Amino acid sequence: MPLASYALGMMEASVYAPEVFARGLPSTLQSSAVGIVPTGSIADAAVPLLSLQGIGLSFGGVVALADIDLSVLSGEIRAIIGPNGAGKSSLINVISGVYRPGRGHVQLDGISYTQVPTQRLAHLGVARTFQNLALFKGLSVLDNVASGLAYKVRSNFAGQVLGIGRSRGERRDSLSRADQILEFLDLTAVRDRLAGTLPYGLQKRVELARALVAEPRLLLLDEPMAGMTASEKSEMAGFVRAARDRFATTVVLIEHDVGVVMGLSDRIAVLDYGRKIADATPDEVRNDQRVIDAYLGVASDNEDGAGI
Amino acid sequence: MTAITDEFSSAPVLPKWIAPVLLLAFAYGVVPLIGSSYLFEAILLPFLALSLAGVGLNILTGYAGQVSLGSAAFMAAGAFAAYNFYLRVEGLPLIGSIVLAGIVAAAIGIVFGLPSLRLKGFYLAVSTLAAQFFVQWALTKFSWFSNDSASGVIDAPKLLISGFAFDGAVGRYLFALTVVSILTFLAYRLVSSQTGRNFIAIRDNETAARIIGIPVLKTKLLAFAISSFIIGVAGVIWAFAYLRTVEPDGFDLDRSFQILFIIIIGGLASIRGAFFGAALIVVFPLALSRLGGFLLGDVFDSGVLDMSQRIVLGALIILFLILEPDGLVALWDRVRRRLLFAWQST
Repeated sequence: MPLASYALGMMEASVYAPEVFARGLPSTLQSSAVGIVPTGSIADAAVPLLSLQGIGLSFGGVVALADIDLSVLSGEIRAIIGPNGAGKSSLINVISGVYRPGRGHVQLDGISYTQVPTQRLAHLGVARTFQNLALFKGLSVLDNVASGLAYKVRSNFAGQVLGIGRSRGERRDSLSRADQILEFLDLTAVRDRLAGTLPYGLQKRVELARALVAEPRLLLLDEPMAGMTASEKSEMAGFVRAARDRFATTVVLIEHDVGVVMGLSDRIAVLDYGRKIADATPDEVRNDQRVIDAYLGVASDNEDGAGI
Repeated sequence: MTAITDEFSSAPVLPKWIAPVLLLAFAYGVVPLIGSSYLFEAILLPFLALSLAGVGLNILTGYAGQVSLGSAAFMAAGAFAAYNFYLRVEGLPLIGSIVLAGIVAAAIGIVFGLPSLRLKGFYLAVSTLAAQFFVQWALTKFSWFSNDSASGVIDAPKLLISGFAFDGAVGRYLFALTVVSILTFLAYRLVSSQTGRNFIAIRDNETAARIIGIPVLKTKLLAFAISSFIIGVAGVIWAFAYLRTVEPDGFDLDRSFQILFIIIIGGLASIRGAFFGAALIVVFPLALSRLGGFLLGDVFDSGVLDMSQRIVLGALIILFLILEPDGLVALWDRVRRRLLFAWQST
């Protein structure tokens, strides 16, 4: 009980944080209709940071993704929506190299991959979060976030044990950067807690912090707001936008809550049964008949389902 | 609850190094003066060797999350390697042969750690059994390892370091204590380093660890290597300082289980836990035999003792897994906090 109320206090304290951070930053893109070229240069926008060409993926006889094309421009917030089982998470897993697509390839920053090398993902400037929490429960919040910089570590274990060489400097750097991110996402109060002991919403935010600490060029968020309350969702949306504005990070986002997605993203791709059925700005998607049929829904007059 | 936690944080916290330093001062300064030969031979020497083996296994299983049932094999590899290096390499000092023995154990650990790149959990545990059976078989089969002794038994050399002989029970105790202290300190440094945090990351979520760029394969093999090195040196202490004569059968599967129980009872992912667990495992049979003899007299012979040991130990492990999954360490910390709180409120 005291734990829960403590967590609640945390939430309330931090509701306005993203706006504070966003203020004064070059965030001309607050309204999604403006366009797709934020802090990056025009040259960046010409070549997409990420593009998928003809991606097909099947598990046995089940087709998870069929002939998906997708381009993500530098600096935009790109949402992927769709009903359950539409292949959204599969798509993120293909982009991050967890799955190897059966067909097609992923082009990242001009280089084409049939399977993105997961081990080198961080070096390529790509970070991601997971649909189900994937924190390191046995580490503190600070160490979880600092682990997002582990890919940079050059010192070996002997140097670390003896405290010689570059190990000390590396540790100092990663801790100070982790602290900055914790402050940015308003997590400083839980800095030294074990990650596994935090309430769900905060764990989601720690995962965002772990992905952000490396200041990735491409951030893949797999349902960052799943299971959150409305106020937590808008808070998280604020953090995502602030992160994009502050680090000029390109964001690919999977989300169920259409309201949040419409307000947050620059362009939206809609998947249904592994196929892309729409790819446009939020306003266009909202009025697309196929999207409405597949996902958004209309006030149903219960055509065939009578009596169910 | 919150109020109590606040109370603790305001308490004067002693620096973390105080307790180990006081303990070491006691172990070096007081114990050799007051201890009986029985204390050293039957309790402290096996305790030190098993503690070190527990520290080694805890790095692999507790921190890196890779279950291993091959600990006794790595102990045997260390013991027999040190024996052979010392025997066959002219002029190699004892310390040199111990370090080389650790490296041999580490190399074997890496080889038998390779399945961990594919296997997890119970499947990995079964594949580490291969190490257990293979090493024991090889040491029995090829008499070269035991210098062609008819029974396969090796006799430990004199513990001689730069002209100073660690003779008698006290000498061997000091030798073991020194080796265990140094390696435990290094292990402590390791688990609180970046590498140690990488171990925990791989244990807690391997996919996430790979995605954020932790070299998973390399780190797993490193965990096997370091763990096996420490367990190998523990084997040297077991053979050279404690038993003085060992045979391959002394490092059987029961010993591997014993070390696994030590870290489960003591506390996974805790350096102190290995010492708590080892203390219980070593002292418990002795206490049980005294108690049984006292209560039941002649009825309590060695057969009954052996049987009751297994029963009580088995029950204890089940109880620990259910009631205190974090082991004796967690129990100890809780009791200490209560006492501190009670002491403060008076």
